[in-house]
Amino acid sequence: MHQIACHECDLVQSIPPMPARAAARCVRCGAVLFRSKPNSIDRTLAWTIAGLVLYVVAVTFPFLAMKSGSIIRETGLLTGIRQLFDQGIIPLATLVLLTCVLIPLLQMLGLLYIFVPLKMKIRSQPFAIPVFRLFRHLKPWSMMEIYMLGILVAIVKLGKMATIVPGLAVFAFGLLIFVLTFALSSVDSHLVWEYLEKKR
Amino acid sequence: MKTSYASAKSLGLVSCHDCHLLSRWPGSSGGRSVQCPRCGAELHQRKPNSIVRTWALVIAAMIFYIPANALPMTVTSALGATQADTILSGVIYFIHSGSWEIALVIFTASIFVPFLKFIILIYLLLSVQFKSIKRPKDRIRLYQLTEAIGRWSMLDIYVVTILIALVKLGILADIEAGPAVIYFASVVVITMLAAESFDPRLIWDAVEEEA
Repeated sequence: MHQIACHECDLVQSIPPMPARAAARCVRCGAVLFRSKPNSIDRTLAWTIAGLVLYVVAVTFPFLAMKSGSIIRETGLLTGIRQLFDQGIIPLATLVLLTCVLIPLLQMLGLLYIFVPLKMKIRSQPFAIPVFRLFRHLKPWSMMEIYMLGILVAIVKLGKMATIVPGLAVFAFGLLIFVLTFALSSVDSHLVWEYLEKKR
Repeated sequence: MKTSYASAKSLGLVSCHDCHLLSRWPGSSGGRSVQCPRCGAELHQRKPNSIVRTWALVIAAMIFYIPANALPMTVTSALGATQADTILSGVIYFIHSGSWEIALVIFTASIFVPFLKFIILIYLLLSVQFKSIKRPKDRIRLYQLTEAIGRWSMLDIYVVTILIALVKLGILADIEAGPAVIYFASVVVITMLAAESFDPRLIWDAVEEEA
């Protein structure tokens, strides 16, 4: 049993020991307070490593190509961002770079930084607590799934004037969305905080 | 299990925003900040200046919403002719070319979602300021909805980024980002920050006071 206050309505309540794969909801407002996650450490690490492999493919391989008559234009994930930089719209270029490229990477690196020592049962890294706090604030700013929908819209828009050929990187990017979601949802933050507290 | 409803604040406790550890609130310590004993985050019983800050962000976003819709998002040049497209003219283009699903997606993400967020946040702010005790559970749902849908407005920004990367065919066709993109991106970011700065626990404080 431990006591917590609901993050949505501040009601103080006790959470009993939970069976695997169960969720505890706030008795007043229904917000999910706690979810028990079996094999949290192994799952998180496995999904994160898979995600990093896909990430490397998504950033380096050809992303989309446009074919119009005899002209072919190949682009990478970063091409549009570089174009925005060249056009001088630097805040926007930075925003796209952060939300679709850097923050997903930071999320995965943050998970490795926390979970590798946790798995090896060794002392946590320096700054593990600020890293994990930052990690929890990054989630709403990671927007790869919205970028993927953007690709669909762009394909329909250009469909009349050219053929769009998806490259290997698009498939890696699409898979990465799911893999990163699984990695994030297997994080048991209660377990992490308990570990970080002990090691301090 | 506890069945009497008591918030952490009313029990003299405080819950950490970051790690959710429940600890004793030492009371106002003369303007000095109080830190979470577990993770070191600054503790507040309620988010500081939540209402004023949320109002400021909502109003700022509403101001940016005007140029975001009035100015062109993309400037297309094809064979010497140039054409500027706003969000709405993009939606109309998709309706005329028969892709009404795409038109609906863009309309929802770019025009409807930011508008809905303004309405919901203003309603929540007013309901808290007037200490409404009506349907707190539904108001929490509305708050969770604004948190969840706001990010999807980034869609049009990404579409523009992809289009300007792909369409670079010299004199044949070229697409450049228009002046609206920066306003539009500001609307999305500011409304996300507004939802973040609103404290949903304020909704329940009024309900508890009444009880």
